[in-house]
Amino acid sequence: MADRPESGAAQGENRPKLSLHVPEPKFRPGDTVNFSHLQIPEVGTAPRPDETCDPKDMHELAFGLVRVLGDDNLAHGAWDPKLDPETLRKMLGHMAMTRAFDERMFRGQRQGKTSFYMKCTGEEATSVSASMALAADDMVFPSYRQQGILIQRGYPMIEMINQIYSNKGDKLKGRQLPIMYSSREHSFFTISGNLATQTPQAVGWAMASAIKGDSRIAATWVGEGSTAEGDFHSACTFATVYNAPVILNVINNQWAISSFSGFAGAERTTFAARALGYGLAGLRVDGNDALACYAAEQWAANRARANAGPTLIEFFTYRAEGHSTSDDPTGYRSAQERTEWPLGDPVTRLKDHLIALGEWDEERQEKMDLDAAEFVKKTTKEAEANGILGHGLHHPFRTMFEDVFEELPWHLKEQSEQAIRERETKFPGGLDL
Amino acid sequence: MSTAVKDTPAVEADSERRLNMIEAINDALAVSMERDPDVVVMGEDVGYFGGVFRCTAGLQEKFGKTRVFDTPISECGIIAVAVGMGAYGLRPVPEIQFADYIYPGLDQLISEAARLRYRSAGEYIAPMTVRSPFGGGIFGGQTHSQSPEAIFTHVSGLKTVIPSTPYDAKGLLISAIEDNDPVIFFEPKRIYNGPFSGYYDKPAQPWKRFDESVVPEGHYTIPLGKARRVTEGNELTILAYGTMVHVVEAVCREKGVEADILDLRTLVPLDIEAIEASVERTGRCLIVHEATRTSGFGAELSALVTERCFYHLEAPVERVTGFDTPYPHSLEWAYFPGPVRIGEALDKILKD
Repeated sequence: MADRPESGAAQGENRPKLSLHVPEPKFRPGDTVNFSHLQIPEVGTAPRPDETCDPKDMHELAFGLVRVLGDDNLAHGAWDPKLDPETLRKMLGHMAMTRAFDERMFRGQRQGKTSFYMKCTGEEATSVSASMALAADDMVFPSYRQQGILIQRGYPMIEMINQIYSNKGDKLKGRQLPIMYSSREHSFFTISGNLATQTPQAVGWAMASAIKGDSRIAATWVGEGSTAEGDFHSACTFATVYNAPVILNVINNQWAISSFSGFAGAERTTFAARALGYGLAGLRVDGNDALACYAAEQWAANRARANAGPTLIEFFTYRAEGHSTSDDPTGYRSAQERTEWPLGDPVTRLKDHLIALGEWDEERQEKMDLDAAEFVKKTTKEAEANGILGHGLHHPFRTMFEDVFEELPWHLKEQSEQAIRERETKFPGGLDL
Repeated sequence: MSTAVKDTPAVEADSERRLNMIEAINDALAVSMERDPDVVVMGEDVGYFGGVFRCTAGLQEKFGKTRVFDTPISECGIIAVAVGMGAYGLRPVPEIQFADYIYPGLDQLISEAARLRYRSAGEYIAPMTVRSPFGGGIFGGQTHSQSPEAIFTHVSGLKTVIPSTPYDAKGLLISAIEDNDPVIFFEPKRIYNGPFSGYYDKPAQPWKRFDESVVPEGHYTIPLGKARRVTEGNELTILAYGTMVHVVEAVCREKGVEADILDLRTLVPLDIEAIEASVERTGRCLIVHEATRTSGFGAELSALVTERCFYHLEAPVERVTGFDTPYPHSLEWAYFPGPVRIGEALDKILKD
């Protein structure tokens, strides 16, 4: 037993014993999954307040779930964004392309072409649809599972693959772990790899935009697990204090590697409810419902653009695959979770919606999927001409020392010379240094 | 040939404007904000009140609330929003109220600000200057006295600057703000109001009695990476920065030691040429800092001097530092590397 002051010893013996609660997920490998404990409100029932509403009036939205697409595959309620079929087909196309890209890159990692990959299977709507609701020049501060934003914004896929292969075509010069993209041209902030650091940075960007009287807003994505970081609290505090034009998207995909959302506090409340304590607008949204994702992000963007304040959106979704290529989810959760997830698959639901509208059919879907797979395959081949990880086609050696500072100081010059000497010793005259 | 430069301003006696270090820093901020509308100042209590040490006094009134503002008590948040502002294109100058408070912002400094340029291959940069009062000698106890500069010099991608006079403080701060890399700017708070000889029991001297307080109006810069020769001498080289520059100068004067005292002014990038030139000439090197000893910046300096000047050395390199304990409140002067500790080291290094 722990030491205690002598004067308190006798007194303490009569008090009840305390016990520590350690959260435990409902299902482990082999368990039969039953998600009936999840409270899923009826489609179309969530009220849609005016974008300038007082966060105090958003209690129901922070604990409920904005849902638009029903089991009848039709859009319902006040949150229906009423998008035209062409826009819906584009959305579906970006989501299908994201999925095809994930499939190929995952396979590439298994084939030894790179060290690491992360899929976003099941979460495509939370990046593609949300991104479509923003302006192309709104600044995004993503986490590591928002490849859908780059695909939606038209970032050349070959650049993504070059980055994943860390090859000589990689614009980031082979310095970053695969999938940690950056594109200033596409208003896409450099991905950190440290968790939640981007959340308060997005608030700072939004504050700067407001300081300058700009019209661009910022949006950031963070996993539910990472909301436990102090950075998230800093972000919420600064966002509310300065009424920053920012959207804080929380992707609640239930799992942070092997730790379920209970380790971020999900047993007691929702992530959207965090907003209430800060005085932020808070929305909880079906993250597998592409229309609800679009509508929520659009609502928050309108609010931010009108100087009406920041919004915290919880996208309630499910991480259908492992965290990354480095973990095996069958080791910590039941495989049935994916098939039993009560909110379905976002790509299938959007496809079925378009079919129900008479604007799409299975044949066209099949062709879309094939075309996407073919495009990714072709682009992968092009990227492979620039090299794959570990096969020598990387950036010249000296680039290792560039960009630490704007100019190379003497100590890095000396170290650069040493590195080049080492290479010349190992590969006399034979390498691009 | 030494690259150390003596930056005594050439100012006519009748146009002399004498400022203490606080006023010089305030002036540097005002000049920078005047010249560049993208410079913003933020931090705890820096706005209406003008900072707990008054370094930002009057700036909010002059430049408005959206360019000079108070922040939540969140060093993580302060540094993080500065990173975001830098990505937008602003040039933020956040103040961390005491260097001792900077630790909650370390991840944002080390993993984010310092690496943005590298990880994005130059697409995004963090051109911020983090100002923070540091060092002891004001009865600040263990949470208002620390000198954590070595934590930052250890990080690739950060520059670390420490002025020791009002003239330098203004010129270095303007350089730091105009620099496109993140800069940690530590202000030795013991010498905000006047240089400190190390004799805490003697009356304090105001800056206005010293020529280093002559601070020209308007814009001037002192390049980062250039040391300042404080006194010229042949007996030994002394490497110091911040408060300790004045202490070693006073001790040498008192003991009649003719030392080549270099005020490093910036630790990264370091003026290695000035150090080498001086040590090669004097053959002896004493390193003095207030920070704790183990893994302090003095260890780096000692290694560099030994590696690069070994065959010129006539005595082992000596370090005088604070002790490896927290900074104690009541025993502050027993901790501080004052005249006795420095004198003992001088005797030892000059013995043979």
